[in-house]
Amino acid sequence: MRIAHRIRLLAGVLALGLAAGCGGATVDTGSGSTAQPSGGATGSAAPSGAGTVKIAINPWAGYEASAAVISHLLEEKLGYTVEKKELAEQVSWEGFENGDVDVIVENWGHEDLKKTFIEEKKVAVEAGSTGNKGVIGWYIPKWMADEYPGITDYKNLNKYAHLFKTSESGDKGQLLFGDPSYVSNEEAIIKNLKLNYKVVVGGSEAALIESATQAQQQKKPLLFYFWDPHWLFNKVELTRVNLPPYTEGCDADPKKVACDYAELDLDKIVSKKFAETGGKAYELVKNFKWTNEHQNAVANDITNNGLSAEEAAKKWVEANQAVWSAWIPQ
Amino acid sequence: MTSQASPAPPAQAAPLASRPARLPRWALPLAGAAALAAAYLVFRGTATLPHDDDAAPFQWINDVRAWVDANRNQSPIFLFFVNYVRLFVGGLHDLLHLVLQGPGWTGLTGIAAGLGWLTGGWRIALLAAAGFGSFGILGLWEASVATLALVLTAVLLSLAVGLPLGVWAGLSPRLRRLLTPVLDVMQIMPTFAYLAPMVLFFQIGPASAAIATMIYSIPPAIRITALAVEQVSPAAVEASGSLGATRWQTLRKVQLPMARATIGLAVNQTIMMALSMVVIAALIAAPGLGSDIIRGLTRANVGLMLPAGIAIVVMAIVLDRITMSAAARTPHRTGGRTRWVVHRAVAAALALGGVALGRLLPAEFPAEWVVRFAGPVNEAVTWAKFSWYGVTDAVRNLTTEALLNPLQSVLTGAPWWLVAAAALALAWRTGGPRPAVVAVGCLLATALLGLWQHTMETLTTVLVAVAVTLLIGLLLGVAAARSPRFAALQRPLLDAAQTMPAFVYLLPALALFGATRFTAVFASVIYAVPPVVRLVEDGIRNVSPAVVEAALSCGSTERQLLWKVRLPLARRAILLAANQGIVMTLAMVVVGGLVGAGGLGYDVVSGFSQRTDFGMGFAAGVATVLLGIMLDRITQGADTRASSRTPTPTTDRRNKRKMRTA
Repeated sequence: MRIAHRIRLLAGVLALGLAAGCGGATVDTGSGSTAQPSGGATGSAAPSGAGTVKIAINPWAGYEASAAVISHLLEEKLGYTVEKKELAEQVSWEGFENGDVDVIVENWGHEDLKKTFIEEKKVAVEAGSTGNKGVIGWYIPKWMADEYPGITDYKNLNKYAHLFKTSESGDKGQLLFGDPSYVSNEEAIIKNLKLNYKVVVGGSEAALIESATQAQQQKKPLLFYFWDPHWLFNKVELTRVNLPPYTEGCDADPKKVACDYAELDLDKIVSKKFAETGGKAYELVKNFKWTNEHQNAVANDITNNGLSAEEAAKKWVEANQAVWSAWIPQ
Repeated sequence: MTSQASPAPPAQAAPLASRPARLPRWALPLAGAAALAAAYLVFRGTATLPHDDDAAPFQWINDVRAWVDANRNQSPIFLFFVNYVRLFVGGLHDLLHLVLQGPGWTGLTGIAAGLGWLTGGWRIALLAAAGFGSFGILGLWEASVATLALVLTAVLLSLAVGLPLGVWAGLSPRLRRLLTPVLDVMQIMPTFAYLAPMVLFFQIGPASAAIATMIYSIPPAIRITALAVEQVSPAAVEASGSLGATRWQTLRKVQLPMARATIGLAVNQTIMMALSMVVIAALIAAPGLGSDIIRGLTRANVGLMLPAGIAIVVMAIVLDRITMSAAARTPHRTGGRTRWVVHRAVAAALALGGVALGRLLPAEFPAEWVVRFAGPVNEAVTWAKFSWYGVTDAVRNLTTEALLNPLQSVLTGAPWWLVAAAALALAWRTGGPRPAVVAVGCLLATALLGLWQHTMETLTTVLVAVAVTLLIGLLLGVAAARSPRFAALQRPLLDAAQTMPAFVYLLPALALFGATRFTAVFASVIYAVPPVVRLVEDGIRNVSPAVVEAALSCGSTERQLLWKVRLPLARRAILLAANQGIVMTLAMVVVGGLVGAGGLGYDVVSGFSQRTDFGMGFAAGVATVLLGIMLDRITQGADTRASSRTPTPTTDRRNKRKMRTA
């Protein structure tokens, strides 16, 4: 049955391609074999009722937890098919333009991308807060804060730079960073606050977690980029380093940033087409709202308790009906 | 690689014969090295070119990007060309995916077995069936089919463009000369570096993934086909012409049939290259096995990515064996018509049997047949991580402190003109004036791109990785050449090391060594050792038995035989191995950027994932190519100079091209 469905879709897409022939092909006519739930560019071919929702999966556990719960509800309660796509943050936004991505479930600020894709290109829209408060910062293990007085003040970081020296940072202190696609002001902050540090890229969330765990267990000094909400705070005692506090607009020019990160209201972004034609799936995404504790519980199950994302989501859904039943559209 | 067999005159004497006899042969290089060292000590720290994230070339490329982004739906180039290409490729991919999904898992396995039977008999049929069955057992049936669809799309397009171009290039040396540098660039350019431009032009999704894969997999299709057509015996072509055949007839009836086996190799290599792009393609939303590997990498979960890695290796083996046996099969049927019919009938029966079986078994691969081993694998990795920590830490620190750091501080601390002078001197000595000028030109161009410092950092890791690779490659190659049993033992390991996506072994390396340049060196070494071992083994094995016997009868010991006879006579193979090692190591530069190597690799990675770094990423991709050409000119020079005394330098160069595509 699924095959027949796809054949009809393909026929529809080909017909559309031909129809677009006289005026040249623009980007959004070619949304490929995507099955929007109903209506939309490929609407003539798509059957009514449940369809496919394409969710971008950005590379950190908290994001995956939110996406897993939304996917579980879409599939089990509303009968949709969910396609998960492993994509970096900024690349996901590109997917709004041609229909390869319908939903980003946890967006960290990205004012520049909002300006481009929501205001200028008009291919995406905001779909409300996830309820999670997100804040990025620089962290050290708590034992360092106890042992070295004043180390949590950025003004004293240079004094302690020698502690953080590694084989990769040369004669400077090391600031360990995560995935290259994460939101980052690190280079600018170091330069503008004249810190004697070098950013060393660990490459993934996992590299950060591993280093932080070892820093606690083996009492190894570590200064690293991290963010809240994260389950790691329940396992490893961490202390935040105080950079000059955030003030409105202090991060406007990415080259001149010399302040801490703002606390962000994490939100969902969906493609404009999905907002218009996504039906119940869109309603569910819009209604989705939970707390940092909820997210940490699911993320912790995925990362530490050996559950797959699907299993962790199922477990949470079974235990928290009161929370999610409000999200299901009537 | 057989021409070493001709006994060459005593190795070193010839090129220096023309110099004045009084000067010892080591005096000039030594003086040069001393002068460079002195200049370094005097000028250290001056005329360095520190990195600037806002260099003018980056800004300029960013502006181009902004223009494309703004005009994608207005400019006629896009409306009438680029967007249609995307629609066509996307449509082809969807169609193939649909066709592959059609017969169900039993049907597709049956069809694969039938194909295997047709090309290589029951052995290949069995292999194909087992291979396809294993995709299901690994729990990856859907993903494997998606990957197969992507690979087929890219391969079909590559062959549709590559084979005609290859035939043409085989007939016309002029076109060949024109194409060679283009193909060189396509192969050295890190695939990551054109992902971002791909997304810019074709958006994310399977279409742009297929096109990116095609860029990478088309060079062997063109090169090997050209080689195949060119190598058809001129006598046969002349005979055909003198019998009155037109050029078209000669091509169709003589040249193509005679080149058939080699063209089969071209198809085979194109498929292998396309498969190696699977992981990278997943970064731009291509569905399939690559996405499992990316997921494992971002979660630092080896158990998650290992099954996908195995599935890719299995797919490579099955496709390799099927295409190789198809190429090896003689085109003329033996055994008459009935046998031919029986042959086809068995294949059809296998395929239909598979489809029929699909009626009995569930349409989805049964979940209870799936073997899961993520848990034990992860436990093993964790165990290794904790129990080997002391050793791995020491190895890493030693290498970093003793090799990487000193070399890097010399290369980045020296004035640019001094590094350029050193490259010039080296390339001149190994290859002569022309390669030297090209090498220095490439090196200075990286400075113009604003990437001097990062190029020097990358050069450091590449040099160290090549040195380690050569050392290991020589040891294993010599051992394999001396003991056939050892060779048979290590061959499957080498095969696996070459086809396994680098990301799979990158992760345990990351766990053991942390995000450091050493991890990057480690990954490059694993990737580059196999071809080096093969070339060395081949070279030593091909030393003429007559020479060996002569040495033995003169009373030389095993050790003398190795050092005085085998290694010197295999010198050219070893130089070729060095050249190959460099090319392979460079291919890993970007992957290294993902695990802390910094330099150009990281620039490329961050250019892909951060829009503001687009320009820097693209420029870094170009700089990697320039660095590759520079190193190639230096080592290739050594190769050609050494070969100038042997009777058939041209065939060897051809072999080398072939090796590079392999």
